[in-house]
Amino acid sequence: MRKERPDPDANKSLLMATYLVVGLFVGMILYFGYFLQFRGETVINNSYNARLDRFADRIVRGELLSHDGRVLAKTEAGEGGAEKRIYPYGSLFAHGIGYSDHGKTGLEAFANFYLLTSHMNLAERTINELWGVKNIGDNVITTLDVDLQQAASDALGERRGAVVVMEPDTGKVLAMVSKPGFDPNTLGNDWDALIAGENTQAQLLNRVSQGLYPPGSTFKVIIALEYIRENPDTWQDFTFDCDGVYEQGEYTISCYHGNVHGHQNLEQAFANSCNGAFAALGLEMEPGGVHQLAEQLLFNRELPLPLAYSKGSFTMNEGADTWEILQTSIGQGNTQMTPIHNAMITAAIANGGVLMKPYLVERVENAAGEEVRRFLPEAYGSLMEAGEADILVGLMRRVVTEGTGSAVRTEAYEAAGKTGSAEFEAGKETHAWFTGFAPADDPQIVVTVVVEESGSGGQVAGPVARSIFDMYFSK
Amino acid sequence: MVNVIIEVSKYLMILLIAVYTYLNFSYFRYHGEQGQRRVCRRQNIAMFLMHFVAYLILYLKSEDERVVLFYLAQVVFLGAYIGLYQVFYRNLTRILVNNMCMLLCVGWIVMTRLSLDKALRQFMIVAVAALVTWILPFIMDRVWQLSRIAWVYGLLGLALLVAVWMVGNNSYGAQLSIRVGGFSLQPSEFVKISFVFFVATMFYRSVDFKSVAMTTLMAAAHVLVLVLSKDLGSALIFFVAYLSMLFVATSNWLYLLAGIFSGCGASVLAYGLFAHVRTRVAAWRNPWADIDNRGYQITQSLFAIGTGGWFGMGLFQGMPYKIPVVEKDFVFAAISEELGGIFAVCVLLICLGCFLQFMMIAARMQALFYKLIAFGLGMEYVIQVFLAVGGAIKFIPSTGVTLPFVSYGGSSVLSTFIMFGVVQGLYILKKNDEEDYEEREA
Repeated sequence: MRKERPDPDANKSLLMATYLVVGLFVGMILYFGYFLQFRGETVINNSYNARLDRFADRIVRGELLSHDGRVLAKTEAGEGGAEKRIYPYGSLFAHGIGYSDHGKTGLEAFANFYLLTSHMNLAERTINELWGVKNIGDNVITTLDVDLQQAASDALGERRGAVVVMEPDTGKVLAMVSKPGFDPNTLGNDWDALIAGENTQAQLLNRVSQGLYPPGSTFKVIIALEYIRENPDTWQDFTFDCDGVYEQGEYTISCYHGNVHGHQNLEQAFANSCNGAFAALGLEMEPGGVHQLAEQLLFNRELPLPLAYSKGSFTMNEGADTWEILQTSIGQGNTQMTPIHNAMITAAIANGGVLMKPYLVERVENAAGEEVRRFLPEAYGSLMEAGEADILVGLMRRVVTEGTGSAVRTEAYEAAGKTGSAEFEAGKETHAWFTGFAPADDPQIVVTVVVEESGSGGQVAGPVARSIFDMYFSK
Repeated sequence: MVNVIIEVSKYLMILLIAVYTYLNFSYFRYHGEQGQRRVCRRQNIAMFLMHFVAYLILYLKSEDERVVLFYLAQVVFLGAYIGLYQVFYRNLTRILVNNMCMLLCVGWIVMTRLSLDKALRQFMIVAVAALVTWILPFIMDRVWQLSRIAWVYGLLGLALLVAVWMVGNNSYGAQLSIRVGGFSLQPSEFVKISFVFFVATMFYRSVDFKSVAMTTLMAAAHVLVLVLSKDLGSALIFFVAYLSMLFVATSNWLYLLAGIFSGCGASVLAYGLFAHVRTRVAAWRNPWADIDNRGYQITQSLFAIGTGGWFGMGLFQGMPYKIPVVEKDFVFAAISEELGGIFAVCVLLICLGCFLQFMMIAARMQALFYKLIAFGLGMEYVIQVFLAVGGAIKFIPSTGVTLPFVSYGGSSVLSTFIMFGVVQGLYILKKNDEEDYEEREA
């Protein structure tokens, strides 16, 4: 065998390669540790993670509570240790709280991980685990308010529709009502009927975040904003003479029930929801510009929501024909949005243009009431300039003081808002919209209401919003 | 009571593998034979204890008598392998044998949990591979001619890869295997070894420009065929192994830089040309965007790892079977889910320990031929570990390679046995040489 001395250069290179590999492995192990320690919890709290269900074998699912500690969902052990999920308020919180035994929806889905994690005393937990006794899961305190929820539900009554109440400066969702609803306590028995093909009521659908409606005149907020943007110095000079029907070539746009508004500037046209004026406005603007603004306001986009939701859709773009522009400018045409999306735009206006991410979980506590985790308000970003938001607040205030929003006109508080009466099928009553906030100079809550197939926004949706505002400000 | 045993055993297993891993690195402190032997004995104790605890749980949970028999067969195998290797080869590096056995143990435990049938099959293959590769150190010691047949390695390897590319079976979008008489063989696993021999032989003869150019051309051909077969993991392993061997053989920075540069260029080109490369990268960058399809495997793997946490869910308490191809490319996620993150890190450190052993042996080799073989095989091994683990934890895009000794798969196990056997042979060769020298001096 040949004898050579080891080549010192070769060993130096070899050592370098070794160091490099060791460095690579150290990096990978650090990444792995970081993932386990800091990212793991967020990652596994996902409805695609079937493993979470296994936690239920060892943990008694925690409670969901209203922000002031009233129980909205709890687990009780029945005969023979079989657990049953109880919803003390029945159908009142059906969509927000959701359910957990036919798949999971609402907060039962979103907070699943927290409910199935126990932060009880470690020693107690370990002993329980060793002896196969279930630990008590953490409780989740929501942002929901029982009184507001009840007021919203009562105001809507038996009508189909949706109501959402939010805090514009935090994003907290205080109430969320969708009708018709269902009783999560009897879901097992009702399930087959609820999902049957001939059932067209869609009780399981959370209309607040999943129901898509044409925005009707509430979309005039966006058209007005675009017009103000394009004409920052001259928008106040806009005038229009309304005789109830606006004719543009072969097309006509009528105001609601053929109302004649007469001579209107932008503020008046907005307050009276004059369709003719806004159709004329729309023709003055670039369809591409409106498209851009709509996408800035989250149409065709993912929404920052911890709930199952439908994306709003806005299709008008460069090269749209006159009819499409006319229709789109008054919130008809192909445009569709969910009530919560409308509430988010309204909340951004009320909050100086900044949208706070809507959230429903305030904090997590262990079974003994010690705080485990707190969720803080988080800004999504600015949807418009503060100055633009100010102008819109002014416009929306006038809707209440002199226009279609008279239902919420009161001495008790200064509300602002916009009504809408959205046509969705010829020969049927319109969907009634109201989206607004109060007080106008320091907004504390945003209320958005849709009542399906019921008439005009001012007459039907406005009063619903009124009872919620009344309840809130009477406290 | 079963519950108590299972919970306690979870922590016990973590403790035992941690002790084992600690010993693995403390080994480097000892230079005397006695100290080293003591470390290895303790390692064996930790390993057999962990193995026992794991199979106790597996039996309690499955209540299948076959598990007990299987366990006994494994104990016999491990005892015989560790014992007889020492008897047969006096001057072996015991720690490498220990590490092989530990990794095999972990693999069997996970495989038994996933599917007893597969575990049994895997055990058979391991037993045969162990037997066949037994004689490798013996051969290495005697056949110096191994260094004379460079082109046999090179052309044979390349021909095999081309054959796979032309007639291979498609699995998960890549051409990896050919069927030979009822067995599905994955030739790239073996070509990895012949490739290292080829490069070592070429550079041992000469490292002048002509030799380097010819070798590079052959290496490039290997890599290209692998890329065409969509076997990206192997392509990467060959590439990095070749580049580092070239650098060690020549110590020429220019070659290294040119290699890295062309490697980056080729990656960009491959990204532009091949849809499957783009798919892998997209699934790595944001698997959540397409959780139902391209992101499914990696997100399931992350769910498994995240749900397991540092201490694991315990055997049979998780859902590792939810991860597609868990027994091969994603075995690391299964380990992490049920045995815990700490356990998984220990496995990773044991693999790194094997690599360090390879490098120490390579450094001590005087003949460049042997040095390059030990180094090249070590690099191939460690890159494969890196790709397999990094892919499972989303550190890097998944390339679909197995974790040597742990993952299910006959070709992988056999080729890793050959690698370790060859390096063990080199160590023994060196030791015997030194002893001869000392005897002559005396």
